Amino acid sequence: MSRLETSLSGIKLKNPVIPASGTFGFGYEMADVYDLNILGGISLKGTTLEERFGNPTPRIAECENGLLNAIGLQNPGVEHVVKHELPKIRALYDGVLIANISGFSVDEYVKVACAFDNAPEIDILEINVSCPNVRHGGMAFGTDCAAAGEVTRAVKEKTHKPVYMKLSPNVTDIVPIARACEEAGADGITLINTLLGMVIDPKSGRPIVSTKMSGFSGPAIKPVALRMVYQVASAVRIPIIGVGGISCADDVIEFMSAGASAVQVGAHNLVEPFACPNIINELPVKMDEYGIENIKDIIGRSLAL
Amino acid sequence: MTKGMYEVLSNKRIAQDTYEMELSGDTSSLERPGQFINIKIEGLYLRRPISVCHSENGRLTIIYKVVGKGTGIMSKMEKGRMLDILCGLGNGFDISKGKGRRCAVIGGGVGVPPMYDTAKSLIEQGNEVTAILGFATKDAAFYIDEFEKLGVKTIVTTDDGSLGIKGFVTDGLKTTDCDYYFACGPEPMLKSLHRTGISGQLSFEERMGCGFGVCMGCTCETLVGYKRICKDGPVFESSEVTFDVKA
Ligand SMILES: Cc1cc2nc3c(=O)[nH]c(=O)nc-3n(C[C@H](O)[C@H](O)[C@H](O)COP(=O)(O)OP(=O)(O)OC[C@H]3O[C@@H](n4cnc5c(N)ncnc54)[C@H](O)[C@@H]3O)c2cc1C
Ligand SMILES: Cc1cc2nc3c(=O)[nH]c(=O)nc-3n(C[C@H](O)[C@H](O)[C@H](O)COP(=O)(O)O)c2cc1C
Ligand code: FES
Repeated sequence: MSRLETSLSGIKLKNPVIPASGTFGFGYEMADVYDLNILGGISLKGTTLEERFGNPTPRIAECENGLLNAIGLQNPGVEHVVKHELPKIRALYDGVLIANISGFSVDEYVKVACAFDNAPEIDILEINVSCPNVRHGGMAFGTDCAAAGEVTRAVKEKTHKPVYMKLSPNVTDIVPIARACEEAGADGITLINTLLGMVIDPKSGRPIVSTKMSGFSGPAIKPVALRMVYQVASAVRIPIIGVGGISCADDVIEFMSAGASAVQVGAHNLVEPFACPNIINELPVKMDEYGIENIKDIIGRSLAL
Repeated sequence: MTKGMYEVLSNKRIAQDTYEMELSGDTSSLERPGQFINIKIEGLYLRRPISVCHSENGRLTIIYKVVGKGTGIMSKMEKGRMLDILCGLGNGFDISKGKGRRCAVIGGGVGVPPMYDTAKSLIEQGNEVTAILGFATKDAAFYIDEFEKLGVKTIVTTDDGSLGIKGFVTDGLKTTDCDYYFACGPEPMLKSLHRTGISGQLSFEERMGCGFGVCMGCTCETLVGYKRICKDGPVFESSEVTFDVKA
């Protein structure tokens, strides 16, 4: 067994590093930049039932140690993704493929999840109940225990692949929501999605992003994400994918120590196209330095300290 | 796209708030004029996209205007400074479409720089070229001599009439018999060019997350679908472009 190997619901990953949804497109375009097969997994761009343009531009603003985005789930719709995007990425990549699923109703979540459940290319279904950039949907399902449980149950009833619920940090207490998902049958939890944030041009007083408020991520949110992974890991038995501000091997080790079985790298892919390969290469060096034999051994070690 | 370290060879003010920076490093990923680079600036999270003005064998020139934090830091950089840069981004202009046509290269403000190598390539291709360079005022104008030295007929317009024709680049275009254009500049300029009905290629700007196609931060609507300005663009054919956006 490789020292970097880990697993999610019995599915083996070469290493714990997964590009996060929305920061890696549908993966294949990055194949010109580096060999995708070094990646532990890939979480694909958030997909809805119908094609979506998303929000008007500007969709991006910079802030201290991070950025705000209001993409608004631009995607070509699930039918197109299954037919055209999945075969393309699968031809280039032999690791774990995660479909990232969004909806505006429970019924839509189920329909999109079923389409990916039937697609042989996909290994894990990641249900995004936490997108802050769409009205009437997205985050609304992830900020309420009953709604999060309902989406989980409905998707689990109709699908066979492992279902990971991707949760929003924009809540008073993340623990009951994670528990509600676990009780409804979720196989795992991904957290966190972006924090709701804002940037205003000091000269004009005008918000920079077209939707005014938008999703804040990057290194600045890492302590919040880490804290939430730690809290949820203490409260549930299902595996966790940790995400939020990860940009180096030390960050991966911190998240896994807090209880994550794997991690996702989001914003850092945008500013450093070699983010994931760099982290994967740096991991064994850091493990040697800290006397870690296998990365799996450290999952949740901070919980007992 | 390639990523590399580039050395600042020179960095000097050439007009009001406008600087020319020469860099050395790998230029192998630059295939067409009108492509851009994305520069990492220490202390700032996002890279800064800047068009390539001129490139040849391991050297490239950019021209930028100081408008904020990043360009402010850049303006103070000294010779010998190393920069982390993503090179060869975007599609660039397809100059082969200009073959056999009377071509204008049209730049507005800091849209002028990418038109330099565009003009140069058109001339190398055997085209006769007219350059129409629009600036706000005389103090903001730059590179007029450089275009003339290429052997390009150069028309200058300024908003206030302090240099050349008073008016916009479209007023300059009217004085020519050009039937095709390559253009880069602020959106209102591109819009009025588009409205002339003459066909050509337009280069757009948008706030970018990545600059290489993975985040969907820069998407615009075109007549041929949703396009990423950083990857499918920044250059689009006038026949693909619409300024009536429904989103
Ligand atoms: C494809 C492309 C080519 C460009 N070529 C040139 C060029 O050759 N010369 C030149 O002077 N400028 C060019 N620009 C504009 C240049 O990118 C911005 O002026 C620059 O990013 C401003 O950075 P700042 O930190 O000084 O400003 P700030 O306002 O401090 O920047 C804050 C954020 O907004 C972004 N931003 C601000 N203005 C713009 C803008 N107009 N376009 C895109 N992002 C913006 C910045 O990149 C940064 O992420 C180009 C833009 C694009 C998209
Ligand atoms: C540009 C951008 C687009 C995103 N799109 C999605 C998406 O489609 N679905 C989703 O679940 N999360 C999306 N996210 C959230 C990320 O997957 C991740 O959860 C979040 O950004 C925190 O990680 P980071 O700090 O490493 O960026 C997006 C984030 C960014 C920056
Ligand atoms: S800026 Fe990321 S896709 Fe264009």
